[in-house]
Amino acid sequence: MTLATTRWVGSLTLMAALGMPGIALAEYPEQPITYTIPFDPGGESDVTARFQEPHLEEILGVDVNVNHRPGGGGAVGWSEFQSKAEPTGYEMIGVNIPHIIAQPIMRENAGYETDNWKIVTFFHTTPNALIVPKDSQFETLDDLVQYAKENPQAVTLGGSGTFSANHLGALRLEREAGVDVTYIPFTGTGPLPAAVQGNHVSGIFNYSMLGVQMQDNARVLAVASEERVPALPDVPTFKELGYDIVGGAYRGVAVPKGTPDEIVNTLEDAFAKTNERIAEKQEPLGFVMTNITDGEVDEVMQQLQSAYQPILEDAKANQ
Amino acid sequence: MDMLLEALFSILTLEGLVTILCGVTAGLFIGALPGLTATMALAVLLPFTFTMSPLQGLMALGAVYMGAIYGGAFTAILINTPGTPSSIATTFDGYPMARKGRAYEALAAATIASVVGGIIGVAFLLLLAPPLARLAVVFGPAEMFWVALLGLTLVASLSSGSLLKGLLGGCIGMLLSTIGVSPIGGETRFIFGIPALQGGIELIVALIGLFVVPELISMAAQGRGALPESGKLQGGAGSAIMRMGRHIFGKPINLIRSCIIGQIIAIIPGAGGNVTSLVAYNEARRFSKDPASFGKGNVDGVIASESSNNVMVAGSMVPLLTLGIPGAPPDAIILGVLLMHGLRPGLDLFTETGVLTNGFILSMGFAAMFLLPVGLLGGRLIHRVVVKTPFYFLLPSIAMVTILGTYALRNSMTDVFIMLLLGSVGYFLRLIGIQAAPIVLGMILGVIAEKGYVQTMLVAVVDPIPWLRLVANPLSIVLACLVLLSVATTLLPGWLERSGRMAKVDSDEEKPS
Repeated sequence: MTLATTRWVGSLTLMAALGMPGIALAEYPEQPITYTIPFDPGGESDVTARFQEPHLEEILGVDVNVNHRPGGGGAVGWSEFQSKAEPTGYEMIGVNIPHIIAQPIMRENAGYETDNWKIVTFFHTTPNALIVPKDSQFETLDDLVQYAKENPQAVTLGGSGTFSANHLGALRLEREAGVDVTYIPFTGTGPLPAAVQGNHVSGIFNYSMLGVQMQDNARVLAVASEERVPALPDVPTFKELGYDIVGGAYRGVAVPKGTPDEIVNTLEDAFAKTNERIAEKQEPLGFVMTNITDGEVDEVMQQLQSAYQPILEDAKANQ
Repeated sequence: MDMLLEALFSILTLEGLVTILCGVTAGLFIGALPGLTATMALAVLLPFTFTMSPLQGLMALGAVYMGAIYGGAFTAILINTPGTPSSIATTFDGYPMARKGRAYEALAAATIASVVGGIIGVAFLLLLAPPLARLAVVFGPAEMFWVALLGLTLVASLSSGSLLKGLLGGCIGMLLSTIGVSPIGGETRFIFGIPALQGGIELIVALIGLFVVPELISMAAQGRGALPESGKLQGGAGSAIMRMGRHIFGKPINLIRSCIIGQIIAIIPGAGGNVTSLVAYNEARRFSKDPASFGKGNVDGVIASESSNNVMVAGSMVPLLTLGIPGAPPDAIILGVLLMHGLRPGLDLFTETGVLTNGFILSMGFAAMFLLPVGLLGGRLIHRVVVKTPFYFLLPSIAMVTILGTYALRNSMTDVFIMLLLGSVGYFLRLIGIQAAPIVLGMILGVIAEKGYVQTMLVAVVDPIPWLRLVANPLSIVLACLVLLSVATTLLPGWLERSGRMAKVDSDEEKPS
């Protein structure tokens, strides 16, 4: 392509970006894409983005710059993105369920709305897992439920964050099993292994990854996925055990509302291909790879919103 | 033993040593820049290790970690600004030393202490990892609450002169730490409807604001550089290094005590280097024959702070490698690297993949040794730059780097405004005698204490008297007693003095004091 045509296409892109839909975007992408992670470096979202970065660059043919905008459990980055990002396809941000569902309900002003963007894809989930110390009296989930029925509030379950995936998992267990347990929030996943191994709590609700990581030092009673997690083949699902609990964190990526469909499709494809390439590395760690796009995104959002909304509103009323 | 030798040979290659050297140097400079922490250094350099072999990647990150923790001492000593939070305690005596023209001595002492600390941490990790790891899991929420309180008693010793002003500073810090989303419970507090404040006040932002900005304002007000230009070295750099070496090894009790404190606190998950050096500093002062000289340029303060925070580098790997528990924030990134390469923390790491693990541990020892030449040379260079640059160039440059560093931390202009605001307020607080250190201490420890307390109360929800959980086991009782003892030893001298005086002057006896 000659320089002149590049310029021509470039100015077309610019015009489209300035709000002139109808003109087809010949060549997206043409310039570096910013990929914001609203969490600290080193967490699951960040590590995933680092895995994706080189593959996205190869597939899309432009630089993908991962940057971080942490704070408020993601809310600072999300509120800034919804108020400032342009629908050009050159700005995208990592999004996580249940955060984007729970924060706008629970906080007076989270600064963003659950639906005020276009979610391109959810590329993986990390199902909740119920983990107890190795020498725990609870050999199975039934043991724990039985004990919790006889001793209300005596079972203490740690987890990462408040009204997080872990907390909601514990709340759903309470509803499904008709028990009353005490949830102890910790800040992040970091302190949880110590809490289990030091018997500071009866057990923890955390992600399948920690279950994989702690196989030798702890017992995983159940995982909250539809099917068994590949990296934990011997651990039953809650469903198998008779409790309808499927949930955990969904991680994906969103662009501003009004981003042209062609661009969204290009990104969808790029993420799907990237996922295929990094599955080999991520699956053994306990991630469950998915490719939820388009209509399915709305379906998942609706399903989880209706599962979490009553729990959250209950909790809010009790605050 | 074979494994250890094999590991030694696997890192003693040209490639290996160059990796460590580059890692240490890169870490040193990142650590020396205010706003760039060890955690960030590791996160930024992480992608470069993806293309390396697992061992080489771990060696590079271990070296960066070691260099960054040490690099924080440079700015702490030369411009009264901790480059990383673990060097806060280094400013207490390092900067007064520098103001007296003893900057290079302070740097030399910090370097030697860091090297020794780093190597001792590696020794602990190699020899005592399994028994020490057991210690990591006994610190539950209640114990963390007491550890935080123990740290807070430090406020008393930091507030030279007025205990009241020190406590006031501590309270300001604790209040600042409550802004944002609460660690337990998730409510937003004191955000005044501004979504950006949900992120709270980042410790580093406060650190930069409270330490650097007041220093810059007073430099500008007095029209002086960071250091007196007359600060000539007595008998050159070589003799300064020798003198410090003799001082440190001549009376090794301070060094040994600081290293042991460093190791113990490194193992406690959630405490990390910020707390390590503060506690080590406090104990050095408490056991010193001349506690009054601390804070005025006593080199033992620098030694305590810098040796203990470098012990932490390898020391915090004890719970990480054996149990998968990150002892300090940067360790979470190392954990990520291990997992990425399919290495699961646990005993397998020391048997099946022992060569790799031992290689990683030994490489941290080499990294510590490399600090000596890199640090002493780099130290001379940076020292000369800071002393020789006229203040009207130095001042804007520092201000610029500070603002960039603050922005880079979270890509946030809000943080820059918070930093400048805290800095301006901090300047006036300093004028009325409220120092930055107790404020920052309150910020660090307030959160830990809050978490520990609320978690303990939640666990105890079925108990008849919930707060008894705070002293429910031997360790928490011991820690609680230490807190009481620490308060008593701080208050007692003053109280005795007062009551002594009261005994002499009868008429004062009935007046409330």
